[in-house]
Amino acid sequence: MQPLEDLKAAIKEALPGLDFVIGWESGWNPLLATPLFMYAPEDVDKLTWGPFNVNNPATYLSALKGKKVGVVVKGCDSRSVVQLLQEKLIRREDLTVFGMPCTGVVDATKIARKVGDLGMISGAKRTNGTLSVTTHEGSLDIPWEEAAADKCLSCQYPNAIISDHFKGDPLPPTLGRDPAAEQLAALEALAPAELFAHWKDAMDRCIRCYACRNACPMCVCRDHCIAQTRDPHWISQDDTVKEKLMFQMIHSLHLAGRCTECGECQRACPVDIPILALRRKLSSVVKNLFDYQAGVDPNAVPPLFTFQVEEAKINERGW
Amino acid sequence: MPVLAGRELRIVGFLCNWCSYGGADTAGVGRFTQPTDLRIIRVPCSGRIDPLFVVKALLGGADGVLVSGCHPRDCHYASGNFYARRRLEVLKGMLPILGLEPGRFEYTWVSASEGQRWQHVVTSFTEQIHTLGPSPIKTAFGLGMTTAMSAMPEGGKHAAA
Ligand code: SF4
Ligand code: SF4
Ligand code: SF4
Repeated sequence: MQPLEDLKAAIKEALPGLDFVIGWESGWNPLLATPLFMYAPEDVDKLTWGPFNVNNPATYLSALKGKKVGVVVKGCDSRSVVQLLQEKLIRREDLTVFGMPCTGVVDATKIARKVGDLGMISGAKRTNGTLSVTTHEGSLDIPWEEAAADKCLSCQYPNAIISDHFKGDPLPPTLGRDPAAEQLAALEALAPAELFAHWKDAMDRCIRCYACRNACPMCVCRDHCIAQTRDPHWISQDDTVKEKLMFQMIHSLHLAGRCTECGECQRACPVDIPILALRRKLSSVVKNLFDYQAGVDPNAVPPLFTFQVEEAKINERGW
Repeated sequence: MPVLAGRELRIVGFLCNWCSYGGADTAGVGRFTQPTDLRIIRVPCSGRIDPLFVVKALLGGADGVLVSGCHPRDCHYASGNFYARRRLEVLKGMLPILGLEPGRFEYTWVSASEGQRWQHVVTSFTEQIHTLGPSPIKTAFGLGMTTAMSAMPEGGKHAAA
């Protein structure tokens, strides 16, 4: 794969001026690449690119203030980088962005449902429209649409939006189904009480591990998250759906106009709660009200950081 | 006798100190009749209202939440209500995905001199909440009824009315 070799060469060349570069290497499971921190040229040789580079490496960036870092990004990851820059949570001059065109990543949950247990997988390979996985029972061919992350089926930004080193030929946007939008529409078609029952049911499984928060590139309060403060005491330690749902609303609303819909929150959830629908809804509200999409324009001001004296699309006396 | 006596629901109102709290006070001084479902929480500015205050009230079993601040361009702090307007409008769009009718939350502007307008706002919002009925969240969480009256059996309520 020539572009990958070119990318590695570019990283090696840039490394002396950087503390490290973040990318991916093959993981414990062939389906899941794992984050790779490249400090030396030997590390760069481990870099992988392709359908298993699922994590969003931009999640690390806001904690690395003061360091000169490089980051390898997919198109969607680059939106997080852009949003972090917009909010001045990272400095452009401290950052070197490496990118290649992206043809999509897998959704391990979808595949686990097909093979039963991810631990049984000993090999995985994508060839165009098919993902072939090998288990001790043999090999299984899964059509790509059934293996890919939902976001990839209708990806609008397959190439890094900003980059210092981009290798390979940029790809056009993907024009496929948008299953997340379909899911959201199905939820919105429910009666309020049914919809609330859906969330009650879904959040009942939540174990309050906060993986959804920790995986989110735009969740930057870290040790100061209001979900864990005692003063003010926003949520208690009770193991109730009410507290768990309150936490989801904290996460969602703190991402209003900032969420880049990378999907890391839902992906990181160990019990597969479909929490992305809450973020999708927020993004669509923000888009309708302010014609704004998070993480696509480094110079834009996020809509909740500002206001207009006359708001074009807000009719606050309409009730 | 309040209009909706015996069938009270619980509504939380966040009112800014400089305009709407004064407006509600003006309505009281003017002895304008008002439904009594609303419980007021005074805040320094509508800009102080974190949308999560509203969520917390609703998840806690409030049947409705009303936010009221100074009219745009009249904010004591110049721009608090402009920020509030954006946040609250986003919240309004977001709440239905939780399973809450959009009408359970409204925000508006009432100045300190608008006693009459306050009466209108609180009456129409209370009516709106009564049309929607008790919040589905109360049923889902099995939260107890919020007033002694509504805890009474049907017959008791009629007797009280
Ligand atoms: S959303 Fe686009 S850029 Fe992101 S992984 Fe999928 S195809 Fe790649
Ligand atoms: S809320 Fe979820 S989808 Fe949005 S930026 Fe965070 S991790 Fe990504
Ligand atoms: S990752 Fe899932 S289980 Fe963990 S806190 Fe978030 S929603 Fe709950």
